[in-house]
Amino acid sequence: MSTPARPHRSIFEPPAIGQMSLATKIVLYSVLIGWSLFVLFPVYWLLITSFKEATAVNEGPFFIPWVDFQPSLHAWKELFVIDYADTLRAYFNSIIISLAATALSVLVGSMAAYALSRVEYAPNLITILFFVALLALVAVSVGVWGIDWRLAAAVGVALFFFLARAVGNLYQVRLQNGDILFWIISQRILAPIVVVVPIYMMFQSVRMLDTHLAIILTYTVVNMPIVVWLMYDFFNSIPRDLEESAQLDGATMIGIFREIVLPLSRAGLAATTLLVMILSWNEYLLALFLSTSRAQTMPILVAAMNAGERGILWWTMSVAIIVMIIPVVVLAVILQKYISKGLLVGAVKG
Amino acid sequence: MSRNSALNEWLDKNMGRIFLAPAVTLILIFSIFPLIASLILAFARVRFTGGGFKVRFAGWRNFDKQLFGSEQFHLLGTFTEISVPGWLFGLLATGGLVWWMVRYVRSRFTWFGFIGRLITFAMALGLSWMFAATLLSGNPFGTVGTTLFYVIVGCGIQFVIGTALAFACSQTIRGSTYFRVIFFVPMMITPIGVGYIFRMMADTTKGPFANVWQWVGLGEFAWAADPWAARVFIIVADSWQWIPFVFIMMLAAFESVPRDLGEAAEIDGASRWQSFWEITWPHVLPIAATVMLIRAIEAFKIVDLPNIMTSGGPGIATESVSLQAYYAWRALDLGQASAIAYILLFITVVICVSFFNLVVLARVRNQR
Repeated sequence: MSTPARPHRSIFEPPAIGQMSLATKIVLYSVLIGWSLFVLFPVYWLLITSFKEATAVNEGPFFIPWVDFQPSLHAWKELFVIDYADTLRAYFNSIIISLAATALSVLVGSMAAYALSRVEYAPNLITILFFVALLALVAVSVGVWGIDWRLAAAVGVALFFFLARAVGNLYQVRLQNGDILFWIISQRILAPIVVVVPIYMMFQSVRMLDTHLAIILTYTVVNMPIVVWLMYDFFNSIPRDLEESAQLDGATMIGIFREIVLPLSRAGLAATTLLVMILSWNEYLLALFLSTSRAQTMPILVAAMNAGERGILWWTMSVAIIVMIIPVVVLAVILQKYISKGLLVGAVKG
Repeated sequence: MSRNSALNEWLDKNMGRIFLAPAVTLILIFSIFPLIASLILAFARVRFTGGGFKVRFAGWRNFDKQLFGSEQFHLLGTFTEISVPGWLFGLLATGGLVWWMVRYVRSRFTWFGFIGRLITFAMALGLSWMFAATLLSGNPFGTVGTTLFYVIVGCGIQFVIGTALAFACSQTIRGSTYFRVIFFVPMMITPIGVGYIFRMMADTTKGPFANVWQWVGLGEFAWAADPWAARVFIIVADSWQWIPFVFIMMLAAFESVPRDLGEAAEIDGASRWQSFWEITWPHVLPIAATVMLIRAIEAFKIVDLPNIMTSGGPGIATESVSLQAYYAWRALDLGQASAIAYILLFITVVICVSFFNLVVLARVRNQR
């Protein structure tokens, strides 16, 4: 693309197709088409594999249905007629969990982001450190000394409420909104593997392993930093005059948020929702820890197809992967026009 | 009535806190508390007794075993004598890092900045010597090396290809919309699915490219049994999935370059090549740094592709640190699992914060 500019073309626009030299055109299009093939071919192979009989898979590569091999629906039947209970349960689990987790994290996250972009906070670092120390003490007393967790938590909370002000007055180091924002966003650096073992033990001790609620809560927290990060920049980019005049009219913060701010940030919300939805829909490691059978999600079901005694049944596996893709495609098509607009705001301002 | 208005008044006064409270509470319960508990576990031995578990303090033993003891080969790699290229690389890296530190101390000095850079320095030094002693001396490296390989090589490839495709698509050409939609497709496929799809693709006897493999003479080649082939296949699958992310962000970045700047340059007689390097690229670079930071943060967590495609094999050649911690958990060794996870956390935080401070923020500082 290093062709020199022609002197008389309209310089305000990138070179349109007619203004490129033939060589540039050929290179550009062959790169784009080549990459499209690289992207689409695996998907095509997945699609035809789902219609193949075992012999059509095992006896070497066949590419074109009706010519190379006879397509059949047996894999689809196996998953949706014979094993329908397992498949549908995992499917509905996935739908419920990712919908609920997305809704929760977008709600909680955008509330926090809005508050951080409009209200000034000045928490005292010393109080926070005191709180963390108490938290560590509670963790040690429960884990190492074997004290009942309800008792430890109650004593911890009581201590905090009685001593917080006294400790805070000893020395004051005020944090700012930027610090809180950074703290929330930095949670994203945490690899799930670091926190998942204690989360597993926590849910085990309240007998909530293998329930929807446990996975929903975990996903909400894991994805909230993204929501806060994207929505904070979005809220900052919204003009504030409307809110200020509404405030003069006596509207409450919650009313302004619901009736003015949220409708204005539809693009940002759509892009964030799509991103968080994809992430929770595809999440694997946390679900692997937190679900065994009742709350099993689709990624776990698909991954477990590896373990059958007949080896990998590529055809049913392909069907499962395809039905996992469908909802994401539908969602992406619905939200399509917002995606790049909404995502960019976060990236540009970082 | 008066009670109600008192409540309303209280609500009004504290609305700011109420908005922030749910997020903070959730993070405290599901992120900070587990982080602390995990740290305790990392210094403990956990034994399961009927129905519950017993935690005993074990000091540095877990970390000692991982970093210097019987698991060292697994996490860091096998260390024997360092070869000549290893020495060369190690000394070169040491020299460069020392020069970088000296330059910082001489130019401007704050204790905060110095200690931060000291940590970066120590981490970079340790990792350079790890590579010098393993990869460059012909020894296998461990999960830390493998994870860094995925992050550095994988993100590098994704950045170059994603940016190139985004630049191509930002030109006004026919069919550009279709290409954008097509290029986005891999992001919609679940990583587990990507793992299985690429296992099919890479099958040398039944996969779609079987004939090509035969023709090249690799018909009997079992890529899953060769460490480097297996790693490369995982990188290919990872890149296939994540290039769309880089692509879509960089596309938005290229399209946000103000047109009038380009205009002015071309009126001054700049060639396209010049105007790209002097106007488009500097505008896009800060966004690129942020995008790659996000990508790298996620790349450090890689666990599903190696688990699905190779189960970490052959041997430990494709095992990531996350996967190693997962296997330790599956063997019910919670202390080791937490220690491994904390080592990963430490490496990730140091590298990402260093990158953020030295690359992303440095640009902001320089612009002021």
